[in-house]
Amino acid sequence: MSMQNPLAKVRGLGSAKEGFHHWWSQRLTAVALVPLSLWFIYSLVAITGAEYTMVITWMSQPLNATLMLLFLFSLYYHAALGLQVVIEDYIDSEWQKIACLILVKFLIWLTGLSAAIAVLKIYLGK
Amino acid sequence: MAEFTLPKNSKVQKGKTFSVAEGATNTRTFRIYRWEPDSGDNPRLDSYEINLDNCGPMVLDAIIYIKNKIDSTLTFRRSCREGICGSCAMNIGGTNTLACTKAIADVKGDVAIYPLPHMPVVKDLVPDLTHFYAQYASIKPWMQTQSAPPPDAERLQTKEERAELDGLYECILCACCSTSCPSYWWNSDRYLGPAVLLQAYRWIADSRDEFTGERLDELEDPFRLYRCHTIMNCTNTCPKGLNPAKAIAEIKKLMLARTV
Repeated sequence: MSMQNPLAKVRGLGSAKEGFHHWWSQRLTAVALVPLSLWFIYSLVAITGAEYTMVITWMSQPLNATLMLLFLFSLYYHAALGLQVVIEDYIDSEWQKIACLILVKFLIWLTGLSAAIAVLKIYLGK
Repeated sequence: MAEFTLPKNSKVQKGKTFSVAEGATNTRTFRIYRWEPDSGDNPRLDSYEINLDNCGPMVLDAIIYIKNKIDSTLTFRRSCREGICGSCAMNIGGTNTLACTKAIADVKGDVAIYPLPHMPVVKDLVPDLTHFYAQYASIKPWMQTQSAPPPDAERLQTKEERAELDGLYECILCACCSTSCPSYWWNSDRYLGPAVLLQAYRWIADSRDEFTGERLDELEDPFRLYRCHTIMNCTNTCPKGLNPAKAIAEIKKLMLARTV
């Protein structure tokens, strides 16, 4: 129950004056992921069953390492943006929402960064 | 969490059955959501079988017939009976639409009628639209200018500038689109919803308005505007054949134009 005027409720805390960057980044990473995913799947099929040293040699190519890092960056960035939207959409309680957003952000950084370091480790040779 | 099931006191139960179609062959059953705030009972679904030969062709004709001839306690809003006032917006056969422009013949089988989804119910088919109207007021739906009006004439538009408002000015604010939008169901406290965003774009697109930037400032918000995930229910359900999803996309394009 509240005696607040309905318009005051709608005006609330005002506009956040942001949201464009999030929306635009989500679309850009989506577009980037189209060719990068095709390349990733093609590569995965191509190196399936190859020997250990073959795979290391493949990943040590500058082009392959670059594309892999770009793919990982786009993938994790896109996932982080998408998960944020899902959490904001469906989680009502303010503290649960913030907790989930923090958790997802930390997990994205943890998994994304370790994937990138794995690629760099191979590329730079140990 | 967003609620996916109805609370216990909102579960719809089986209601009464009425029939005034003895011996008639051209009949149809209307199953209508009923809820009284004073009784404390759960909502129920009453069935009314009526003889279509005795009533007009539209769903609104049928519910007026029911109220006049069978059950005067049935409560709903209606006014113009020609799709211009937006009062009789309700959920008919699973789709939000205007009862006055929906032909009974276009609904297959029993006609199920509920109030607009996910809104507080005042009684039976009457939803509480207070918040929806406040959201409309919040976008300042009137012309705002800095320049003084011409002393001897109206503010003029070319035919092309006027044409920009086609597909926008026809909106009658019946709330069919907003209440069909899942994003609006979950987050209507902060998301403005398709109807209000279409109205916001109606003023943004108006060549005579001089506050486009301020209007975009007010909309640029993760919830107010960007909760639209192009689900497209709004465009599918609009009884006036308008395209709120496109209007929202145009607002997003303007956000892009002024940033990139």
